[in-house]
Parts: sequence; structure tokens; C-alpha cells
Amino acid sequence: MKKHTLLLFKNRRPGETVFIEEYRKQGGYTALFKALREMTPAEIRDTVKASGLRGRGGAGFPTGTKWSFFPSDQGGQKYLVCNGDEMEPGTYKDRVLIEADPHQLVEGMIIAAYAMQIPTGYIFIRYAYKNAFDCLQRALAEASEAGFLGKNILGSGFSFELHLHGSAGRYILGEETALLNGLEGKRANPRSKPPFPAVRGLFDKPTTVNNVETLANVPHIINGGADWFASLAYTEGGAGTKLFGLSGHLESTECHELPIGITLGDVVREYGKGVWQGRRFKACLPGGASTPYLTAEHMTVPLDFAPLEQVGSRLGTGGVTVFDDHTCMVEATLNLNRFFARESCGWCTPCRDGLPYVSWLLEKIEKGQGTMEDIDNLRHQVHNINGRSFCALAMGAMGPVESLLRLFEEEIVDHIRKGRCPLKS
Amino acid sequence: MTKPLLNLEKTEQLRSHAAQTEHPRELIVDVLRAIQEENGWVPDEGIELAASILGLSPLQVEEVATFYDKIFRHPVGKKVIHVCDSICCWSRGGEWIVQILREKLGIDLGETTSDGEFTLLPTCCLGACGEAPAMMIGFTLYGNLDAEKIEAILAKERSGGRP
Repeated sequence: MKKHTLLLFKNRRPGETVFIEEYRKQGGYTALFKALREMTPAEIRDTVKASGLRGRGGAGFPTGTKWSFFPSDQGGQKYLVCNGDEMEPGTYKDRVLIEADPHQLVEGMIIAAYAMQIPTGYIFIRYAYKNAFDCLQRALAEASEAGFLGKNILGSGFSFELHLHGSAGRYILGEETALLNGLEGKRANPRSKPPFPAVRGLFDKPTTVNNVETLANVPHIINGGADWFASLAYTEGGAGTKLFGLSGHLESTECHELPIGITLGDVVREYGKGVWQGRRFKACLPGGASTPYLTAEHMTVPLDFAPLEQVGSRLGTGGVTVFDDHTCMVEATLNLNRFFARESCGWCTPCRDGLPYVSWLLEKIEKGQGTMEDIDNLRHQVHNINGRSFCALAMGAMGPVESLLRLFEEEIVDHIRKGRCPLKS
Repeated sequence: MTKPLLNLEKTEQLRSHAAQTEHPRELIVDVLRAIQEENGWVPDEGIELAASILGLSPLQVEEVATFYDKIFRHPVGKKVIHVCDSICCWSRGGEWIVQILREKLGIDLGETTSDGEFTLLPTCCLGACGEAPAMMIGFTLYGNLDAEKIEAILAKERSGGRP
């Protein structure tokens, strides 16, 4: 196992949470001092842009570019929102991060807010993350007490107020505009874009929405510099480290901070300790429930944005879910699709009606009642739903379905020919 | 007199918070969760109370309350069991865990035990994928489940403690 640098998990101890005293002992909040005392907001935005940091919440949009669209110089109310609605099956890294070392997120948000001259922030946390919520509540109180939040932070003249919002369920709130409606106390259907949140977001004011892990990287970038951060990745075009939450049929299913660009094979063998029960690797979701499958032929693919796109998948959230060779991929895809169908907000027809139809087709095939025509039907649905839904939820749902058709067509056909699931005796 | 939906102190606290907030409506979820915490679920009167605290119409509150799966608009048992049925738990025997829970509790998903103790509901991913299969009772997360563990957890939860 090659040694690599840890940023986000450097203070992590199993079963413990690092609070302000220990965090500061380990160099916490030095980036805030540096940012507020030695750097202009524009310099911070430029540093983050130069670091190559890309969004860690699933879409992978370059963070510095997102910040550059923001009207930082415009006065008045603006908002910074942290998306902690982590609910994509297979994804649990933000929970681990917050429960291990919550002040990184708080410090990252204060620096981000200063960089975009934002006076008010919200941290949005999903219902099930009660412990993470409590950790953040304490961290916010400690940061206020230390003078890192509130008025005139460290005598810089910059003021920032940070609120914590506990949600009440539903995956769709992870979609940034649905999340904004949720924060406003409205029914959390997504909004149409444009206008983008940077123009008209929370309460119609300019808003930046970033993921937990994305924001937690910011203090490290400020302290270490853009070039250093970029150099942490194993890939030429990559930057930084990534939290990979392992799950499924591996011997060891934990969350690790690893350099961007580590190969799938290294993650499976070294950190997952191989496929469980001595079985063989059949497939995996490389980055959460909406990312197209990879197979055993992809073991040498670097887990980075561009290389994964080249093989038809996505880095997504970094939640790697592995399936062994006893797994029926039709059944796995049915489980995934049922999740998306149930979590659809019902706003648009391709999602509300299309996803249940896809579930019905997959269930029919899995039960051995499918016909060859159903494969065409499935393919038609993928084309019909992709690009036609109101937000990214239904398109995400088509990730596994599209890759099932592309990589496991023979297995689908086998179900139809045999009139039963070939993986069940 | 029946028990109030929210104690006076909490109601006043929420009212004053709403009065100080630029957008009182943003507190809908907080108010609904407070009412649910006290009653186990949110009855029609709870919707009306939330509306009066926030200066909204009951319909404005209802359309939010019915959107969230963790706000209950029907009575539930003293404790709600959320059993994960998403992909990672499924890959490690989640369907079998649901089956065990149904048998041990004698109820189906969506039902409440006759003694009013437990309601069993499926939930999407709990963010415990490394400890699959998992469930949450109230806010307590239980991972790496098997039949024996479930037996012990239910016994302890039933007597009010934790295993």
C-alpha cells in the first residue's frame, strides 16, 4: 500500500469526534487567519480555481468556476449553502467526515463566504444524520465562541452568520434547487434553470451551493496552496484526494481518503481487501447509485472524473458498491430503479411515470416473463427519459439501466430465454 | 383535557423565533418536527397549529408536511423502525432483514404492532452502507444486522433501553 497524504481524515480516530481544542492543536483555523489577514477575496477564489478542486457531491463541477460565476462584488444579501443531504445509495462519506472532524466544514464555509463576500450561510443536513447534526451544532457554538463566526471576524470587518437546518427526508432535496425550496419552507420540487442559483437562489438572492466534502477541502487548499493540492492526485488532470465509501460485496467496507486517480483495482484489493467470501468481482457502481456500472475489465481505470467518463461512467460521490459473481444485475438494477422511482418528486412526467414503467419492465424480466421486445422497450425508455426530465434525478436513474443494457445484455437475454432468473436456483 | 400538541414553552419559543426571522416560513420543518417529537406524528390540529405559529395557511403547511417521508401524517407506534431497502443493504441481505422484522413483529411494512410499540417502514439509504444491512429505530442507527442482533435490539428497544 503506497503511503499518501491525508487532509480530510488526518485527525480521524475511530469512534471519536475532534472538536475545537484538538482541531486547533492540529493546525485548524490557521487557514482562516491566513485567508482573512493575508488574502483578498479574489485571491482566494483564484487559488481555489487554480487548485482544480471539483465538486464532491456527484456532479463534479469545478468549484472555482462555480465561484467565479458568483456576483461576489455585489452588495446586499447573498447566501452560501452547504448541501449535506447525502442520500444517494452507497454514499456515506459526508457523514463520516462530519462525525470525525466537523470544524473543517465550518472553517471551509467561513473562508468560502469571505471569498464571495457572503453574509449568511446554511448547512442543510438530512434527517437521518442526527449525530452529524449534533456534532455540527456543537462545532458552530464553539466557532462562535472563538470569534470565528458572527460580526467582524478576527477584526477583518467581515461578518458571517451560519445556520444549521435539519431536514425531514427525501432524496430529491439533494438536488440544489429543490434544496433551496426546502430551506425556504416550500414543497421541495426542483426549480427550472436558468435562472441559476448564483443569480437567483435562496429567497431570490444570489446563492452558492456546495457539497460538504467540497467545502471541507477549502482550508487545506488555502494552507497548502493550489499546486500542492493538485499534486496530491495520481492522475495528470486530477486534483486532491477523495473520500471513497466502500460497500457491497467486499471483505472490508469502510470509508477511506485516497488520492484522486487511484485505480479501481487498488481500491478493491488494498482497501476493500478483495471480494468477500472468495468470490469473483462482477461489477460495481463507482460513485453512487446513479453512476453506470464498471466491470472486471475496468480494474486499471483511474478513479478520476475524465478517465471514468471515457469508459462511460462517472466519479459521482465516490461511493463504490461492489457486486460479486452471484449477483443478478437485472435484480440489482431493479432495486436501484425502484429507489429512484420512489424518491421521484412527481413534478415531471418522464420521471414520475417513466421510472415506474422501467421498474415494471425490469421486474417482468427478472421474473422470467420478459420478451425480447422488452429489451427494446427498456432501451427506448432510456432514450426517452434522458434529457427530457426536469432535473437530474431521472437521468441519474438511467445510469445503471443504460449500463445494464450495454454491459449485461447477454444476462438479460438469458432471463428471457430461460424464463427465469439464471442466477437463482 | 387532552394533552396539548406542543407544550407552552416550546410553542412560545417557536413563535418568538418566527417573529425574529425574516422568512418565518423557513421554520416549517422545525415546527413540524417539534410537533411530531411531542406527539409521535402530526395530526390535522398540528398542521393548523404550525400554520398559526408561522402565519401561513394550513394548506401551505400541509403541502410541505406531505412531501417529507419522515413527517408522519398518520398515527405511528411509539417507535418507528426504518429499515433500509437500498442497494448496499440489499446486496448484503436487506430483503432477509425485512422478512425477519416482519416475522418477529407480526406486521407488514407500513403497519404498527397491536401493542402500539413499533411501526415498520422501509426507507431509502441511511448512509450506513459500510455497515449494511442497517436500520434506524427513532434516531438510533443499527448496522451489521442479523437475526440474533435484531432479536436483542427489539427486546431492548421494547423495554425502553438500548442494547
